[in-house]
Amino acid sequence: MFSNILIYFVVIPLLMLGGLALCRNIKQIRAVAVVGSLALIGLSTYVLLEYLAIRAAGNEEPMLFTGSWTWFAPLHINLAVGVDGISIAMLLLSSIIVFAGSFASWQIPQPKAFFLWLILLSTGVFGFFISIDLFTMFMFYEVALIPMYLLIGVWGSGRKNYSAMKLTLMLMGGSAFLMLGLIGIYYHSSTDSSSLTWNILDIARNASIDKGWQYFLFPMTFVGFGVLGAMFPFHTWSPDGHASAPTAVSMLHAGVLMKLGGYGCFRVAIYLMPQAANDLAWIFLILTGISVVYGAFSACVQTDLKYINSYSSVSHCGLVLFAILMLNTTAMTGAIMQMLSHGLMTALFFALIGMIYGRTHTRDIREMGGMMQIMPYLSVCYVIAGMASLGLPGLSGFVAEMTIFVGSFQQGMTDYLAGHGSLRLVFTIIACCSIVITAVYILRVVGKLLFGPVHNEHHRELTDATWWERLSTATLIVCVAAIGCFPNFFNNLINFTFSPEIFKVLGLN
Amino acid sequence: MDSTLPLLILTIPLFMFLFLGLLGGKMSHKLAGTLGTLGMGTVLVLAYTTAFTYFFSGSSEFVNAAGERLQAVIFNQTWLAFTDKLVIKLGFLLDPISAMMLVVITTISFMVHLYSLGYMRDHHGVYERGFQRFYAFLSLFSFSMLGLVVATNIFQMYIFWELVGASSYLLIGFYYTKPSAVSASKKAFIVTRFADLGFLIGILILSYYTGTFDFTALTSIPVDGMADVYQVSEQTALNVKGIFDSAAASTFMGASVMTWALVLIFMGGMGKSAMMPLHIWLPDAMEGPTPVSALIHAATMVVAGVYLVARLFPLYLMEESALEIVTVVGAITAFYAAMVACTQIDIKRVLAFSTISQIAFMMVSLGVARPDFHEGLGYMASMFHLFTHAMFKALLFLGAGALIHAIGSNDYTAMHGLRKHMPITHWTFLIGCLAIAGIIPFSGFFSKDEILSSCLGYSWVAYLWMSMVAGLTAFYMFRLYYLIFWWKEHKTPEGHHAPHDQPWTMSLPLIILAAISCVAGFIPFGKFVTWKGESYDFMAHFDWSVASVSLAVAIIAIALATVMYRKENSLPEKFKNALPNLWRWCHHRFYWDELYQFITHKIIFNCVSRPIAWFDRHIIDGTMDSFATMTNKASEFIRPLQSGQIQYYVWIYLIGALLLGGVTLICLL
Repeated sequence: MFSNILIYFVVIPLLMLGGLALCRNIKQIRAVAVVGSLALIGLSTYVLLEYLAIRAAGNEEPMLFTGSWTWFAPLHINLAVGVDGISIAMLLLSSIIVFAGSFASWQIPQPKAFFLWLILLSTGVFGFFISIDLFTMFMFYEVALIPMYLLIGVWGSGRKNYSAMKLTLMLMGGSAFLMLGLIGIYYHSSTDSSSLTWNILDIARNASIDKGWQYFLFPMTFVGFGVLGAMFPFHTWSPDGHASAPTAVSMLHAGVLMKLGGYGCFRVAIYLMPQAANDLAWIFLILTGISVVYGAFSACVQTDLKYINSYSSVSHCGLVLFAILMLNTTAMTGAIMQMLSHGLMTALFFALIGMIYGRTHTRDIREMGGMMQIMPYLSVCYVIAGMASLGLPGLSGFVAEMTIFVGSFQQGMTDYLAGHGSLRLVFTIIACCSIVITAVYILRVVGKLLFGPVHNEHHRELTDATWWERLSTATLIVCVAAIGCFPNFFNNLINFTFSPEIFKVLGLN
Repeated sequence: MDSTLPLLILTIPLFMFLFLGLLGGKMSHKLAGTLGTLGMGTVLVLAYTTAFTYFFSGSSEFVNAAGERLQAVIFNQTWLAFTDKLVIKLGFLLDPISAMMLVVITTISFMVHLYSLGYMRDHHGVYERGFQRFYAFLSLFSFSMLGLVVATNIFQMYIFWELVGASSYLLIGFYYTKPSAVSASKKAFIVTRFADLGFLIGILILSYYTGTFDFTALTSIPVDGMADVYQVSEQTALNVKGIFDSAAASTFMGASVMTWALVLIFMGGMGKSAMMPLHIWLPDAMEGPTPVSALIHAATMVVAGVYLVARLFPLYLMEESALEIVTVVGAITAFYAAMVACTQIDIKRVLAFSTISQIAFMMVSLGVARPDFHEGLGYMASMFHLFTHAMFKALLFLGAGALIHAIGSNDYTAMHGLRKHMPITHWTFLIGCLAIAGIIPFSGFFSKDEILSSCLGYSWVAYLWMSMVAGLTAFYMFRLYYLIFWWKEHKTPEGHHAPHDQPWTMSLPLIILAAISCVAGFIPFGKFVTWKGESYDFMAHFDWSVASVSLAVAIIAIALATVMYRKENSLPEKFKNALPNLWRWCHHRFYWDELYQFITHKIIFNCVSRPIAWFDRHIIDGTMDSFATMTNKASEFIRPLQSGQIQYYVWIYLIGALLLGGVTLICLL
């Protein structure tokens, strides 16, 4: 079992938990967090390089590094792991954000308990991305969600109890749908009732879920994961939850956990039930299309920095699900890129907002102004994050959005010219409009918060970023720029995955 | 051609941006400025060498045996592959217009770098705050603009198009503590972003049908036996049109899909080139430092729209209706902007509207260009005017900068009578005015004359209309000139120096640009830049009847301006009172800003965003919360059942038992 490298994505966080339990002071806690997250970055980089090497050698298996160990034989529950380009991209993203998040919570009160819960959450995240067994996947999913309640309830700010409860209940509601869906999938995973399985690869290979059941199970799983992906109208946990959460939790939540939703929608809902995905896509296209524009418009009038970003996340994550539903290689590649891009830049945003809030003790943009004069480093980072968000070439947002738009438009036109209706086309154009609205709310915040005269004279005494804050933000900026400047690397990494399996099922390109 | 030089042209400014942006704060102002200027100077030399090689080396890559200029792809690197065919490449396309633009951009950019060394400090020689940042942004802009003009495919153009937009945003908002500068920069970005939405959709449509982003694949044919060398050809454009026409849905809402694509792409150009009704950002963009206005908002970035249409010109030729839209938009904008320029008080705004009007001239010229009239004279005229305009408009802006630097105000009422105090500025500004007014032998005369000739070839309405605008141009420029340099000078307050000429770093660019404006008209442009690359004799198309008429119009307009504005008198006031409404509408720029203000604030913010936000908080979130409340209520409702009182439980038990018993009894019976 320990000869499989992927297991270490769970082992390292577990070791960190053990280490944290033994820690006596803040220095040791920080050391454990930093060393552990560095080890995770190292591990994911190593897996990435190995993966590319194996692919370059001509291996075309859908998943690499697979392994499966029986856990509970009567119900065919295994601990099955395996990764493809998408999972690796997600693992990289998660490890980077855990690293940046550790630095962003350098001075958190009650650090031991905080980091324990935070690392437990990361265990769930990493476990989720390496699992290819629906049961263990769901288990890790829950492991990632529950600590959120405590992290927000204890370390949060504002109406933290309300927000923590709301977030947890809504996500649990989603899980309820999801569990129904997963169990349903299990019972139709094979035509032979003695060889039922939870393994995604096997289920996809068997393709034995009949169309009627797909129509029932697809919405279940899609909505179940969609709640976490902030799909309209199940997104309202996001603004409140993010607003109350402490910095690192917001970062991890918006940066990684919301990606669990998108990843799950792709890996489970669409991958396993392609026919239903094809037939029912229109319902969810409408919902996600609304998310994109609706989130952006809502963000335009918010005054709380975190609310602005939460709504912006609704818009950007809506674009992820929207692109997945295009069922087109380019658009889906774009969706994964958008997950990466949004994860990094939104983590950057929340880190910066946390740092600004820690100094000014307000997040209301009406009470701040002229930050550029007071904290130039943080302000410049904020401008860069903003530029990434509104899709400036050279940063990650542009490549992701453009891939999505090009792919969606291709699909939309193909549908339209083939007489399959103009829904995809129309919603693609509507989604394109979000680039303008995004510019409006980003520049509004940048103009009010950073530029202009200093609003509150007391703010003049505030200090600029400390070294750990600089490290945290710089890491994220470098990653955002790396995706933006060398998109083809990520494109190839992700794209390889799409071609073989799913589209054969769909009978699409 | 070896790819080293072209690669350096792009990488040096990028490197300077990163270098000055990251380390600028650590170095002295002077060092940062000097390094930036030297970097740009190097790029200038490299670009001149490249352009010189392209035009004069006679290499078979660049010109064929028939003397027709070719398009050479120097390098083309895959950047992002959407599909097998739709690939964004970053490359370097050398053809007549990109070579010309290399010269224009690097010349103006270098002048502005040099000029800013003097401009961006106060009278005591203290450098402005953020001086290093200024040079970093200038480098970023130069990089983006150079990348834009050498783009090998439309998506590369879009990428750099966005980057120039961002650098323009950063530079307009350079004085970020000033609220007006912040809102101007925001406005510029959002308006052009809106236009870019059209551009993007246009690209998507075009690329869907043609399956390519490459300019060469859209407009040219490969030259036999040569790798990466192409020749512009109507045949390719015709094929593209054929693809569109044979598609299942070849029309949409009454126009052909190709027209839609081209018009949407042109919309992007309208945004960047400030064509009506997307012009509103440009006058406000004058909030940026004046050298920036000269570089970005007069000479280079704002002509990107013209360049875009020129780049896709063979395609536009295939769709007359798209070209007609270009013509009409250009003609209306030219007149509108000229009218407004006659009534503005801020000298930079006069120049801004004059820029809008002149760019509209270039647009019209492209719009009226047809191959059957003097081998597409309008195309050549447009590019010629782009070249001369860049020089004299940069000159005028830098001159205005010198005035503002000396006086400390943008308002001409604070100036008056400066010709004695600032002789260099005065003479160079006068040359600029003569050039833009179209007086022989200054450069504007030749290029404007070509434009008017091609308008005449299209229709006499266009000719008369544009001649009228040309007259207005001469009028408002000389109005400005007299108001600044003539009239009675203001008394210098006690203890202040009289205004005086500027340091050499500022004078030198003025003198060089003035010299170029004097002689640029004699460049035989037809030998270098034509739409299909064949060279023709410039003078053969020179129509002396058109020239003498336009000269006469310009002289009359100047005479009128002289009568009205040379000395302070009551004529302008009488004029204004005779047509009060017209004057007011012109002065308020026909209330476009107010209209936009109304649409964005009243409609988008108050009628769309706020209701959506309210709906989200109260309806969607309210529903979610009400689930929780309902659950609470339900549990409160059933809670008494679990009260803990044993008597109550027994009571319920008895009732239940009796009921069950009753039911069983009924069933048994």
